[in-house]
Amino acid sequence: MSGDSELTVVLVYPELLGTYGDRGNALALVRRAQLRGLPVRITKVPLGRRLPAFGDVYLLGGGEDAAELLALRALVADPSARRVLAEAPACLAVCAGLQILAREFAAADGHREHGLGLLDVICARLPGPRAVGEVLVEPLGIPSLPMLTGYENHQGDAQILVGAEPLGRVMHGVGNGVGIGVGRLDGAVQGHIVGTYLHGPVLVRNPALADRLIEWSVGPVAPVHDEAVEQLRAERLAAVGGKRFALRRMTRA
Amino acid sequence: MAGRVAAGVSRLTGRGSGGVIGGRVILALSPDAAQQLATGRDVMVVSGTNGKTTTTSLLVAAIRVADPVDSNANGANTPAGVVTALADGFSAHVVLEVDEGWLPWTVAQVAPSTAVLLNLSRDQLSRHHEVGRLASAWREALTGVDTVVANVDDPAVTWSALAAGRPVWVAAGQRWTEDSLACPRCGRLFRRDDAIWACVCGLHRPDPDWWLEGDDLVSRDRRLRLALTLPGAHNRANAAMAVAAAASRGVDPAAAVAALHDIDDIGGRYVRRRLGTHEVRLLLAKNPAGWLEIVELVRDGGNPLVLAFNSDGVDGRDPSWLYDVSFRGLAGREIVVIGRRAADLRVRLELDGLAPTVIVGGVREALAAIPPGPVDLLANYTAFQEARRELAHVR
Repeated sequence: MSGDSELTVVLVYPELLGTYGDRGNALALVRRAQLRGLPVRITKVPLGRRLPAFGDVYLLGGGEDAAELLALRALVADPSARRVLAEAPACLAVCAGLQILAREFAAADGHREHGLGLLDVICARLPGPRAVGEVLVEPLGIPSLPMLTGYENHQGDAQILVGAEPLGRVMHGVGNGVGIGVGRLDGAVQGHIVGTYLHGPVLVRNPALADRLIEWSVGPVAPVHDEAVEQLRAERLAAVGGKRFALRRMTRA
Repeated sequence: MAGRVAAGVSRLTGRGSGGVIGGRVILALSPDAAQQLATGRDVMVVSGTNGKTTTTSLLVAAIRVADPVDSNANGANTPAGVVTALADGFSAHVVLEVDEGWLPWTVAQVAPSTAVLLNLSRDQLSRHHEVGRLASAWREALTGVDTVVANVDDPAVTWSALAAGRPVWVAAGQRWTEDSLACPRCGRLFRRDDAIWACVCGLHRPDPDWWLEGDDLVSRDRRLRLALTLPGAHNRANAAMAVAAAASRGVDPAAAVAALHDIDDIGGRYVRRRLGTHEVRLLLAKNPAGWLEIVELVRDGGNPLVLAFNSDGVDGRDPSWLYDVSFRGLAGREIVVIGRRAADLRVRLELDGLAPTVIVGGVREALAAIPPGPVDLLANYTAFQEARRELAHVR
């Protein structure tokens, strides 16, 4: 925890990158930390402010096209942002956040933008209709996680290159959108940076992923049970017929 | 003609009080029916993310001061509902509530004299996707409209309204600003100073023709006490838009305001119903901006709350936006949660430090867990309709 005793969750430009309730990811981390008695705080970095280096978990959320470009320009203009995120104990980037951390992505009008290149991923536009709906992902890139549940709403895709691994295999939904036939993938993992198209918010619906981000910052944490969240998970998994996947993963883990 | 027959049949069979069934039949028989039925009539359209139904009702009451009006006061605001409203009457004046996604279609069909534009914020992102796109579609559609009555406190609304002929600017307020941080014209971040917003590209908040000062609606030469029965700041905003719109059609503003005083029921919203030992007030909130207003409205009351939450079609399938609203203002309150997405709402409330009770069942089952007395029931769209039906036969 960067020398002090507090877990610091950094929300990057929440006014721009928070279209799909992404603030909830910070609240989920706070909750998981508090359940273990870990002191925790949220630091919001508004547009125009430099990213602090003292954070533990950095969060970049989803945003509309104009907001995404504003956020990208601001991160490029911040001389230390790229290094701060590269060296962060943990970073989660959702949807527009994923695209911003990619090598490049396609903006709404089709022109290509260079991302920060922290994920070895290239994002273009999905050729078909916008991807909207419940998603179920079987984790690959992070060991021994249970099934991931979320909601997607995007027009972007993601092609994973050699430096990154997929977050998981899509069992229901679109995710990265490429590789149809050989199995669809979602997101990307590279070191301690996780990118995904899953909203939900994803850390609310997937406390094990939240715990992993915390563990990357503070080391192993004890298991805890959150009744309300487990019930929500069970409902969401059942909604996409994911019960059998869930059971399979649980027995394996 | 076939449409009138269909509407009659629909009414007789009791489906949607003649609502959209007739309209669907008419549209199937004659796709340009709306155009034909609107010809020669003065049509005003009301659209926006929040306040459509209320503002439409208030505007109808204000116009009726001078003339008879036809309207879709039942809230059926897609093409079928629009056509039904047009087919159901013969009045020279028509006021139509229009779904924000269907505004371009409606404008093209009915060639309205006036468009009343309330606000645009995230709602049903699973259907409308992004606010910016909606604003662009509005702007394109409004080019041929003569008069717009538009909320200057919403930059996206203002930008789209600038495409129309004669703007009447109303400072109706917009507590929710998270969808209007960036300029819809150039994408840069607005400079903001309280309600004033401006972009380096030149787009800025126009000086309003009408504005609110407390409970007064003010123009350069008028000051009118609203004194509404409907509660909350958002309803003062709706009334301001309605009175400004009526005034733009020649109605005396003072008479328009007087016509709004006693309105206390907008499609079941704000209505109080006694059920056993409880008095339940029904409140509708459909999206983050709406919940923000309603949480603000109920936070002072101290009444126990029933929150009813679904994610069926028109609710938007994705309830992630619950995390855009702070519920901390409800701390210490007794809260019961019902609905098909109760599990999502429960988690959301717990993350804000609240301790809700989830009850499986409807309003009755929820009330059984609450001591006698007044209760506020907050619901999103389909949950509201279900609660309303459940309480319909109760006095």
